[in-house]
Amino acid sequence: MASVTPATPAGTGDLAAGLRGFKEVQRLAYACAEAVAGQLRPGITERAAARMQREWLRERGVRDWFHLPFAWFGDRTAFVNFRVPLQFFPTNRALEPGMPFILDMAPVHKGYTADIGYSGCLGLNPVHDRLLADLEAHRELILREVRERHSLREIYENVERLMVRQGYANRHRAYPFGVIAHKVDRVRERRWSPTLFGFGTQSLKGLASDALHGHRDGWSPLWSPYTFSDHPPQPGLWAVEPHLGFRGTGAKFEEILVVTDSKDPQESAFWLDDDLPHVRRWQEEKAA
Amino acid sequence: MNTGRGQGPRRGRGGGRLRATGRGKGRGPGPSPGAGPGARSVPGTGPGTESETEGGSGPGLAGARERRVRTGGVELCVAELGDPALPTVMLVHGYPDSKEVWSEVARGLAARFHVVLYDVRGCGLSTAPRPLRGGFTLEKLTDDFLAVADAVSPDRPVHLVGHDWGSVQSWEFATVRRTEGRIASFTSMSGPSLDHFGHWIKKRMTRPTPRRTAQLLGQGAKSWYVYLLHTPVLPELAWRGPLGRSWPGILRRIEKVPDGGYPTASLPGDAAHGAWLYRDNIRARLRRPRADAYAHCPVQLITPTGDAFLSQRLYDDLEQWAPQLVRRTLPAKHWVPRTRPDQLVSWITEFVNAKEEGDPAKEVMAAGPHADRFGGQLVLVTGAASGIGRATAFAFAEAGARIIAVDRDAEGAARTADMARLIGAPQAWGEAVDVADEAAMEKLADKVDAAYGTVDVLVNNAGIGLSGSFLQTSSEDWRKVLDVNLWGVIHGCRIFGRRMAERGQGGHIVNTASAAAFQPSRVLPAYSTSKAAVLMLSECLRAELAGQGIGVSAICPGLVNTNITATSRFTGVPADEEKRRQAKAARMYGMRNYPPEKVADAVLRAVVRNQAVVPVTPEARGARLMSRFAPRALRALARIEPPL
Repeated sequence: MASVTPATPAGTGDLAAGLRGFKEVQRLAYACAEAVAGQLRPGITERAAARMQREWLRERGVRDWFHLPFAWFGDRTAFVNFRVPLQFFPTNRALEPGMPFILDMAPVHKGYTADIGYSGCLGLNPVHDRLLADLEAHRELILREVRERHSLREIYENVERLMVRQGYANRHRAYPFGVIAHKVDRVRERRWSPTLFGFGTQSLKGLASDALHGHRDGWSPLWSPYTFSDHPPQPGLWAVEPHLGFRGTGAKFEEILVVTDSKDPQESAFWLDDDLPHVRRWQEEKAA
Repeated sequence: MNTGRGQGPRRGRGGGRLRATGRGKGRGPGPSPGAGPGARSVPGTGPGTESETEGGSGPGLAGARERRVRTGGVELCVAELGDPALPTVMLVHGYPDSKEVWSEVARGLAARFHVVLYDVRGCGLSTAPRPLRGGFTLEKLTDDFLAVADAVSPDRPVHLVGHDWGSVQSWEFATVRRTEGRIASFTSMSGPSLDHFGHWIKKRMTRPTPRRTAQLLGQGAKSWYVYLLHTPVLPELAWRGPLGRSWPGILRRIEKVPDGGYPTASLPGDAAHGAWLYRDNIRARLRRPRADAYAHCPVQLITPTGDAFLSQRLYDDLEQWAPQLVRRTLPAKHWVPRTRPDQLVSWITEFVNAKEEGDPAKEVMAAGPHADRFGGQLVLVTGAASGIGRATAFAFAEAGARIIAVDRDAEGAARTADMARLIGAPQAWGEAVDVADEAAMEKLADKVDAAYGTVDVLVNNAGIGLSGSFLQTSSEDWRKVLDVNLWGVIHGCRIFGRRMAERGQGGHIVNTASAAAFQPSRVLPAYSTSKAAVLMLSECLRAELAGQGIGVSAICPGLVNTNITATSRFTGVPADEEKRRQAKAARMYGMRNYPPEKVADAVLRAVVRNQAVVPVTPEARGARLMSRFAPRALRALARIEPPL
């Protein structure tokens, strides 16, 4: 396997081992999401759901975060009327039957970072089912175009175009800098790992240093619709999070895409793990 | 089949009324239900209390089976249509009407229900009580209802539908104890419960805030005729004299009621007798409204927004009296059974079916805004595969409308229809048609007419963009833009608008113009011209169709984030430069990021409020304002070439 990223300070060593570390923490995070989602009941608030995620992961050794867990319920899954970033933080919105929800968490475990998004709904919601099913095309599109080494900005626009064709609104535009993805990396383990506005300071430091390097070399650790993302995919690990919105219902997945500098298209980019809840769901639907 | 329901005294009804004795007797051996029109389902019954004839009810109720039910000293004329095995829908007429007011609605319902109409005592072919005074109290009218219900549907509760005084008395039926179990549902139009009305007045009198006072005075002014009807003798003289003669003309001119077997010749007598409805009930009930007037059946309230006699505010607190209330609003005047029969048939059918099927998971009302207005209506949107058209289709779908999504892009239109069904449209279809193609539009209209019905709301939204200086725009480019942006709208308005007008039951046409219709620009000569034409076309059409109850609105959006930028043609530049400009324009519109959903909301609002011209987005509103007060500034802006 080719080297993942020369620019990654801590991740260069044993690549396979490194990827295993990322895979493990991503699985842990998805296990947390499924466990918490299974416990959600009508009346539980976003704050309670976020706390459940935090506690579940803390019990399993997570001490640092790329960002603290988020939970969005109801039309907040589509970021309806979001104007300031503070609105992303969990509120006292209570879950009701039929409501969609999204759990989004980014734990750091043994120095490896994951950033995942899990969409579900409480009971039947045909609109939500359709959104989830339609996300599959985006996962395929992103991988294909990264392998073809289109510029990130172009891929962003193509994803958006697909969303519009499907009849949806692009809701990842609401994220800070409108990003569809951002780089994640290994983080040095410290005894004290404070957070700033929900983001781990260690991870922010890593992101800032990437941004600085990238700025010198003409790339950015943020995958956005803006000119600073007008460059081919940079080798490394990208947490990709296409987010669909449709009239008060939102759905997303978030998982790590590995980009390498290999010449072999298959090796040049691949999803870190193909055994994730949303992927399994699509496979089950196809089988059915 | 014969239940042999107790003939004994029933929950102490007053008045020592004669029971219709043959009730329910001998239904078993009768001919099988649905044995053709005019099949006698109930053979001649008891001695002299009920009799039956065929097709004798006025001109409007052809094919109706008629019978007479004797009760409380009067003989009521009852007409039946449809298969008696089906659920019974009973239509109660108002004042000054007879059962013929329902002729169109009854015809529409007869295919699906057992429709029963009767002339209220003193009206039409029913006899009047002697003496008149005290013969029209709500208690006696309730006796009448029970007698008719027992005669036509002895073993199943009936679905009540009342208009005007028919609704006022039906409210009494639906709220008194002794009718419990006899009414399955109640659809009320233009007739409040007098008890609710009494409480409504009391509440406003005891705490007269400015708003409440205004509501009170407003309804007080609308009730002018009620005061007149309380004067002795004069109303009778007027109705039997000049007013009775001129009434059909008044209805036609002021209430826009179409001709056709209504009002009937019995009008002067109906109206003279009916005055006692007011005199016997109004003062008593308004002074001492019952405190327990809670509906014991599901209620659907249909409110005509243009009712000259009843304020919409009367129904503000109705949820307190009727817990499972379903609200509908209809842009029409008072006589909706005459002017909007199709809509009533659709809503009554939907409501009755929901109650008959008794599926609690199925909501009668859609969840979105304006569902009271658009529920079940047929909405056709052109250019519905993307952008504003798609968002508009979705917004109507959320309001429970049936959607026809029309676009050149078959796949996109089908996708819109598909998603529309997911979010609340009871039915939705995608149609691949080019709006510029007149023959194709004609074909579409025929298909829609035959398969889906007459369009209630038409949204002519399809449009394409074209940018470039006038001197560099070829005549071919001009033709393309005008074909879609202008001719598409003309075809839509002509072909679908004509059918709408021919139906004569109102409707609405929305044309998507643009802020470019009043904001000149050196880079958009062809596009702006086409949109200005659409704006003026809408204004002219609005004037023409106003008399037929069809509204026309022009929507003028500014910069809205849709794919029109990516598909616009830029003239006078090479292909790669055109591509670059499309991408740049798309990005700029993306940065502006005004969502098409907001335009869709404005479309629905424009239809509900019947607005003429609706600029959407701040820049469009600003441009519209400037075009009126500072046109020179707009002209100066027009000279600027936007950086692309």
